[in-house]
Amino acid sequence: MMRRTPLLTGSGWLVFLAAMLVAAVLIPVLATLPPPDSMFRLPAYLVPLFGKYLCYAILALALDLIWGYAGILSLGHGAFFALGGYAMGMYLMRQIGTRGVYGDPILPDFMVFLNWRELPFAWWGFHNFAYAAFMALAVPGALAALFGWFAFRSRVTGVYLSIITQAMTYALLLAFFRNDMGFGGNNGLTDFKEILGYEVQAPSTRLGLYVITAVALGLSFLVCRFVVTTRFGRLLLALRDAESRVRFIGYSTTGAKLFVFVLSALLCGLAGALYVPQVGIINPSEFQPGNSIEVAIWVAVGGRGTLVGAILGALVVNFVKTWLTGAAPELWLFALGALFIVVTLAMPNGILGLVAQAKQWRRTPTAPVAETVHD
Amino acid sequence: MRLIRALVILGLLLVPLMGRAANLPDAELAKLVTGLAGDGFDDKIAAIDALGTSGDARAVAILKALTDGKLAASDDKQMLIEGAGGKFTDAVTGAPVTPGAEPERIHVNNRLRGLIDGALSRLTLYSADPGDRLSAATEALHHPSLGAVPSLDKALATEQDKGVAAALKLARAAGLLQSPDAAVRLAAVDELAASTDSEVRGLLGELVGGHESDPKVIAAAKTALAKIERQLAYIEIGINLFQGLSLGSVLLLAAMGLAVTFGVMGVINMAHGEMIMLGAYTTFVVQEIFRAFLPAGLFDLYLVVSVPAAFLVAGAVGVALERTIIRFLYGRPLETLLATWGISLMLQQLVRSIFGAPNKEVANPSWMTGGFQILGGFTVTWNRLVIIAFGFVVLGALVLVLRRTNLGLHMRAVTQNRKMAAIMGIPTDKVDALTFGLGSGIAGMAGVALSQIGNVSPNLGTIYIIDSFMVVVFGGVGSLVGTLAGAMGLGVVNKFLEPFAGAVLGKILVLVAIIIFIQFRPRGLFALKGRSVEA
Amino acid sequence: MTDPLSTAQLYLDGITVSFDGFKALNALSLVIEPGELRTIIGPNGAGKTTMMDVITGKTRPDSGTAMFEGRHDLTRLDEPTIANLGIGRKFQKPTVFENLTVEENLELALKDDRRIRHTLFRRLDEEQEAKLERVLAQVGLMRRRTELAGLLSHGQKQWLEIGMLLVHDPRLILLDEPVAGMTDAETAATADLITRLARDRTIVVVEHDMVFVRSLGAKVTVLHEGSVLAEGSIDAVQNHPRVIEVYLGR
Repeated sequence: MMRRTPLLTGSGWLVFLAAMLVAAVLIPVLATLPPPDSMFRLPAYLVPLFGKYLCYAILALALDLIWGYAGILSLGHGAFFALGGYAMGMYLMRQIGTRGVYGDPILPDFMVFLNWRELPFAWWGFHNFAYAAFMALAVPGALAALFGWFAFRSRVTGVYLSIITQAMTYALLLAFFRNDMGFGGNNGLTDFKEILGYEVQAPSTRLGLYVITAVALGLSFLVCRFVVTTRFGRLLLALRDAESRVRFIGYSTTGAKLFVFVLSALLCGLAGALYVPQVGIINPSEFQPGNSIEVAIWVAVGGRGTLVGAILGALVVNFVKTWLTGAAPELWLFALGALFIVVTLAMPNGILGLVAQAKQWRRTPTAPVAETVHD
Repeated sequence: MRLIRALVILGLLLVPLMGRAANLPDAELAKLVTGLAGDGFDDKIAAIDALGTSGDARAVAILKALTDGKLAASDDKQMLIEGAGGKFTDAVTGAPVTPGAEPERIHVNNRLRGLIDGALSRLTLYSADPGDRLSAATEALHHPSLGAVPSLDKALATEQDKGVAAALKLARAAGLLQSPDAAVRLAAVDELAASTDSEVRGLLGELVGGHESDPKVIAAAKTALAKIERQLAYIEIGINLFQGLSLGSVLLLAAMGLAVTFGVMGVINMAHGEMIMLGAYTTFVVQEIFRAFLPAGLFDLYLVVSVPAAFLVAGAVGVALERTIIRFLYGRPLETLLATWGISLMLQQLVRSIFGAPNKEVANPSWMTGGFQILGGFTVTWNRLVIIAFGFVVLGALVLVLRRTNLGLHMRAVTQNRKMAAIMGIPTDKVDALTFGLGSGIAGMAGVALSQIGNVSPNLGTIYIIDSFMVVVFGGVGSLVGTLAGAMGLGVVNKFLEPFAGAVLGKILVLVAIIIFIQFRPRGLFALKGRSVEA
Repeated sequence: MTDPLSTAQLYLDGITVSFDGFKALNALSLVIEPGELRTIIGPNGAGKTTMMDVITGKTRPDSGTAMFEGRHDLTRLDEPTIANLGIGRKFQKPTVFENLTVEENLELALKDDRRIRHTLFRRLDEEQEAKLERVLAQVGLMRRRTELAGLLSHGQKQWLEIGMLLVHDPRLILLDEPVAGMTDAETAATADLITRLARDRTIVVVEHDMVFVRSLGAKVTVLHEGSVLAEGSIDAVQNHPRVIEVYLGR
């Protein structure tokens, strides 16, 4: 009998549930129940910060799915993330209503400032949360589908794909900087008041958003895990290692890549939509090519092709970033740059790879990539 | 316009005036100046007019003093100019004068001020500096008047400079359009048809639009207008082409190093932009050294020294990176991409720590400042021209290195078949390092060029990295001809799009176009074909 | 007399492929009958690999006709479609998916619905399991089924690749130098396997090893400079004056 790869092993489920318990239950409890001066009390400002990390973890998961498994290093994932964020930001802008500086019931402040008379077409319907949530996924998904279809059918692969995805996010960066695009230009969207009737700034809302993010991360992980444990997942690995061979045994590589690319972009959109209400702003700098490349290093730090490593890497790198940019800001870029170099040279399988080496891990359905020869 | 006029006047006051047209005898000038103190406005107007057409260099200072309220008349009608500290000088001879009683200042109103401005600009027509004369003539064209025609005629009679003479003729013709005689106007229109000035187009447009009643003149104006439109269109194309070539040469310089490291070696160097940045900072340092330690007369040479210095600095950094990091990543392009991105972050931060985050100014040497006019509105600046030439020189040198030197031969051998090259005794390690150093050094030289047209800042390179990759990919990896075509093509297309789409949107359109282009020709414009590519 | 265009398993006519002026294939014509075993030999650069590229859709010919079973125009189809029509190809360099296990390699190659939905949700049925086991036994990799393919020896990778062809049930198999790098024993076993397979399939073998070609005992086509130089039994071909000239030099 063919040995099937389970979604998670017994102990895998235990670890998963424990992690979910800590992230989605323990942290909210610590942030609310202990008295404010207790040493167990989690300071309120940490909640949205952790929420931000979890959003980054979803983003890293999305990149690992296509880079670690299908070998597609997209340097445009920051763009999908930002588009999801903008969709949510537009909803939040519409919720401001008359509380803006200019008090216009329909138009956001920046439009009044630009002397616009009516809401541009792109903004129609964004007062509706369901529509905005749909667009937060649909827009990145559609862009990924369009871009991916063009790129994959003409077999743009490897670094070429990386470079044109980078050009894509760069073009979007330039576009969103323009005032006449109608997305707030340089300043982006901010000054949000409420989401679904709850104060965005209120600690309870933030806690709620945090818990939703934690659950979303858990579900995203399970979805990715499901994808990589099926025959489709093995097809992705096959694609990564010998793409032309996959075509000769009868699989449409374009379709497979497109599917996983779009799925990955949807996860990015989700992460972006959850990110914006928690950090309170979205602006064009999210499209910076550097942001997208940074995601790759989170994944690499944790360990590519493992999913768990992507989450781990995103959390570790961002914890360090928060700490270091506070403690010694001028050192952060040195540290980040060094991290890129050290990870690629010395620990190609990331933290999980080091752990595996140390423990002589038995074979798990992960995808070690270090010694893969690219052709 | 007012600003230009003010500058012109200021310049005239600072530069000791050597009138081109002969000065009037003192007595005659004195008579005119005395008229300024006349009782009625008519006297004053006549005197200002006369001074304006006199062509006397001293008239400038007198009229200037008049507008500033510094012209005064003593009791005995001697005209005085009040200088700094209340000292008076004779307006005509410039001799110091100590007036007995307080001299009476001459007042002007706004109407007179306008006249004085006109007279001053007419006087500038006789300035010693052809540049001043040209701006005066242009000024006269922009405010045409029939009254100015005599002084323009006078200036034309002695004008030697062809450019200034042409401008004077235009201004004269523009003035003659106001003539009551239709025949004169017709001749003026014909003369104006030779112009490519947008101001002239406006004048003729007014004629056609109803300012003219004579059908012959209208017809002539229409023909002239069409001719001017056509020429303006050509000039527009010329300007776009030049600016496109200029941008293209910048892209070429930025991308050429990449064509070596990425095209020849296949190394994705995301720190390429930082090599450019290092070159620009090297230029800055060389400039500062020249300023601090060498005589000012040698300053213009700093740029010549900067080129090899930047090549060596960036090249040495490139060799060091290749030996310590990149060589361990051969055959793993995605990892190379990430590691070199890390290098780029560190280099940026390093430069920021050493030189500070603010922009550094790098001055153009005097032989690169200014420019020359080819046609109305089409000015070629020296720095752009030098950079275009520099781009081609570097390209030529690179081709020579690749085709004609041992290093080039070894480079090609190693990239085509590393094992075989090693067996034949080619030191592949050394060749790798030198190739990478060459590519980086060329990037450094690009930095020298970029320092001449923009600010030098730690993130200078990030602006160019994506463009450089686009050029190399668009042109076809591994093809220098492709890199040239890619750079020039993108530069020119960008500049032609800008008028319609604006700079940012134009750039976005170009990026989108390249992304789509790559779909259809994934291997670029000048792609290699055949089995080796597929492997 | 029937029209070979409609009855042949594979019909190539006037196929020309050029790379930057160099003609890799020059008006190549070749007819393979159903059930036939054919060996193709030729010096380096004769166009053998390019011919396979054309048949499998990797390279589009500049001109010429390529028909499969008289119905499918191979010049218009892409690689996956051609593979699913029933044309299997084994590469010169063994290419198995090294980060998958032996059985996962076979599972991917198994003849089945190739759509994404299916690869995501469907599991192997009993019949497919049985077929997989059978092929595992056939290529002698039963005991290594759960090992990573990357850990197999060179010969075992070749066999795994043949196994991947078998589970796909192609009607036409193209084998590019199947015994390159094999030991004598492995070569003999492979020759044996190919002759057995040829009973119910059409097979085209490209090979350099003349001993191996002789042991297959099939009709031989000699390619030279992109077109057919000679065709016939191995003995007839080996005595052909032009073949001798090309192989031994002038």
